[in-house]
Amino acid sequence: MQTVIISTLVIGLVGLVLGLALVTASKKFYVEVDDRVTRVRECLRGSNCGACGYAGCDAVAEAIVKGEARVDACPGNSTENIAKIAAILGKEAIDQDPQCAYVQCAGTCEATRAKAEYVGIQDCRSAVLSGLPYMSCEYGCLGLGSCVKVCPQGAISIKDGIAVVNPRLCVGCGLCAKTCPKGIIGMHDRTTKVAVRCSNKNKGPMVKKACSAGCIGCGICAKQCEQGAITVENNLSRVDPEKCIGCGKCVEKCPTKSIRFL
Amino acid sequence: MTSLIMIIVTTALVNNVVLSQFLGICSFLGVSAQKKASLSLGLAVTAVLTVASLVAALLYQFVLAPLGLDYLKTIVFILVIAALVQMVEMFLKKNAHAIYQSLGIYLPLITTNCAVLGVALTNVQNEYTILQSVIAGLGTALGYTLAIVLLAEIREHIDEEAIPAPFRGAPIVLLCATLMAMAFMGFSGLS
Repeated sequence: MQTVIISTLVIGLVGLVLGLALVTASKKFYVEVDDRVTRVRECLRGSNCGACGYAGCDAVAEAIVKGEARVDACPGNSTENIAKIAAILGKEAIDQDPQCAYVQCAGTCEATRAKAEYVGIQDCRSAVLSGLPYMSCEYGCLGLGSCVKVCPQGAISIKDGIAVVNPRLCVGCGLCAKTCPKGIIGMHDRTTKVAVRCSNKNKGPMVKKACSAGCIGCGICAKQCEQGAITVENNLSRVDPEKCIGCGKCVEKCPTKSIRFL
Repeated sequence: MTSLIMIIVTTALVNNVVLSQFLGICSFLGVSAQKKASLSLGLAVTAVLTVASLVAALLYQFVLAPLGLDYLKTIVFILVIAALVQMVEMFLKKNAHAIYQSLGIYLPLITTNCAVLGVALTNVQNEYTILQSVIAGLGTALGYTLAIVLLAEIREHIDEEAIPAPFRGAPIVLLCATLMAMAFMGFSGLS
């Protein structure tokens, strides 16, 4: 019993002395903090995700106040908060809604097949480093979930062999797009209605061999579109979100159903 | 006197904290991308380590050992180190803001740098006196600074080379660290 009391006392005393020393030190070394930094910090998302490229929310708040970073440096910050930050600094807000990530691949387990079995570290980045294209489509989603791991919001999940973004949870920080070793996660404005869910730049017949849901670059969508919003580049259709009105004619006619509503 | 010089040489080179004892690897790999930041981290660790060895040795000699509370040393040392790092952080924030900013998140992380706790514990294990403990702390910190600055120098050169894709990033850094550790093995002839 005595040992318990003595050890508790000793730890308690050491803690008390150190605590008092810290209090004195913090008074002595007190640095005036620009209160704008604190106020800007409150308008950030505060999850310390690091998507802005700074060490954390505190660091980016300081950079914003100093003018080294833009008022919208925090990706995925709401328009309202950006406006608040701009008001604090007396700058004009840039009107921009947060973006949303989407996976440019529809190669589910049914649509594609594996050429070999990958048994290495279960992470897309190491699978790509191993240099073995073990899926039938060399451009497509590997489904090992590097994006799932980096997403600070838990908005991405692997369904049926490909990554799927939940737009309600996505805040548009873009970490997944930076992480994906295949570069198949794109960012789009929330207003975008239609997009091509394929990244395969090969010619039609090769795409067909690799995946039944891939864009074969046939151009039917471009012919259907009355707005002239669709172009075919590198054997892939591309929808111009500014011109697209979301009529859905391309979605209806696409032979492989690779153009879809978001 | 000779024994003190011996302690410095042993802790800095022969038993280099990073390269032969595998302590403090996290910041060794994390902050070695730029030479300037690595040097300032080395100096911050030097300050913390030296003072931490002094305070830990004092506490052990005059509080823990007489009361027979040897088993409390780990937790007490952790407490001491955490408080010291906080103080160094406040001190740097006030007096050397540039260094404070270039270290960023790695400054508070010295708290969890196992090199600091490791030295405090080995000092007790080796039954060093208070002066010897301080010297051992200083030597270890110098060894740490040497290792991290050398690695930073190598990494700055590596960035300009054409490294094969699978080795880029962490793998080539680990390989460099391995070669450095093997080179430091050569110092074991000194003891």
